[in-house]
Amino acid sequence: MMRQPFMRTLMLILLTTQACTATADGPVAQVAGPSVRAASIAISGFAFAPRALTIPAGTTVTWRNLDEEPHTVRGGDELVRSGALDQGETFSVRFDKPGTYRYGCSIHPQMSGTITVQ
Amino acid sequence: MPSDPENIASRRHALKCLAYGGAGTLFTLAGGVLTPVNLAFAAGKSSGKDGGGIPLFVQISDTHIGFSKDANPDVAGTLKTTIELVNAMPDRPAMIIHTGDITHLSKPAEFDTAAQLLSALRVTELHTTPGEHDVADATASEYFNRYGKPSGNRGYYSFDHHGVHFVGLINVLDFKPNSLAALGQEQLAWLEADLKGRAASTPVVVFAHMPMWSIYEPWGWGTADAGQAMGYLRRFGSVTVINGHIHQIVQKVEGNITFHTARSTAYPQPVAGTAPGPGPLKVPADELPKMLGVSSVSLRRHPASLALSDQTLA
Repeated sequence: MMRQPFMRTLMLILLTTQACTATADGPVAQVAGPSVRAASIAISGFAFAPRALTIPAGTTVTWRNLDEEPHTVRGGDELVRSGALDQGETFSVRFDKPGTYRYGCSIHPQMSGTITVQ
Repeated sequence: MPSDPENIASRRHALKCLAYGGAGTLFTLAGGVLTPVNLAFAAGKSSGKDGGGIPLFVQISDTHIGFSKDANPDVAGTLKTTIELVNAMPDRPAMIIHTGDITHLSKPAEFDTAAQLLSALRVTELHTTPGEHDVADATASEYFNRYGKPSGNRGYYSFDHHGVHFVGLINVLDFKPNSLAALGQEQLAWLEADLKGRAASTPVVVFAHMPMWSIYEPWGWGTADAGQAMGYLRRFGSVTVINGHIHQIVQKVEGNITFHTARSTAYPQPVAGTAPGPGPLKVPADELPKMLGVSSVSLRRHPASLALSDQTLA
């Protein structure tokens, strides 16, 4: 249904980049910058997309709510615990410890997702 | 949506009162049976004199202060209209029960605006139970800082009013992902103890935010362990279970237990399963007030029963 185009747009972005920052004084290339891993999950049509995500430890996951309806991202512990995300708002968590993290939305009990950290 | 074919006349009367805007449901307790009464109908009649019973309380639900999208860019305005309607009722009850989603995003400014608007209600008691939108802040503290006192910050509590036993329950915290709402064992144990020893002839009103029976599980419209609560309530002669959350009226009667969901004062939602999800439903501007409202309950004696009615803002 509506989910198909969203799925295409919101495919998992998993990337590794060398950090490079720019300041008012001009660009500064970080020769030995930390490696940044990032992944994103869309909240769309009352579902997390992708619903199951596997990432390497140290990855920062960002959820973005695309629905008109607010959602939250809530896991079983304090690590994954967002406030209400209105349309367009994001929430990020860095996962350092390997394991399986199950989470849902505290506004809509029918929603669920899983992060597997390797 | 008509909730009862016998109420068609009342609804027609209600339609005349379009100018009032949104409204709630008024409950009257009639001989131990809680009956919902169309609010516009109630506003035009003295229910105490025509056998309609003693006005017990008005239920307001899902005010969603802070919501500003297309389905209703002025939720403060429709709440104001609702309050004017309630205040104009000739048999205005002393009590209001707000069944949650006072705010849209649990923001302090939204709670402040809601409190300021609700303070215009000419009633002496306001009882609340939170919706999931009221406890969506990461610490779930904004609601409890303001409304947590009667329940000692637990979210569930009981009290008596006009000989009716009222039980406020909370079913919007800590539900498991991919499931339904839940009450939890601690609250259920409290409920069992709270009801123990009470006379079966005492009318009971239970109020919560999410439906206390499974209306539509794919949208999470139900409470997983509500059946256990009903087990404790079944022996009472008159039990009225009210909630909000789904922004439309759905009723069910099971033995002595009447289930009733109230309209929102903010925006309607689709009928179960008729849309990809349970989000705000955009309708033409002139249709909106007809889909917002309140519920009223009045009390009839001999035997004690409650009468419930619904009224729209238009």
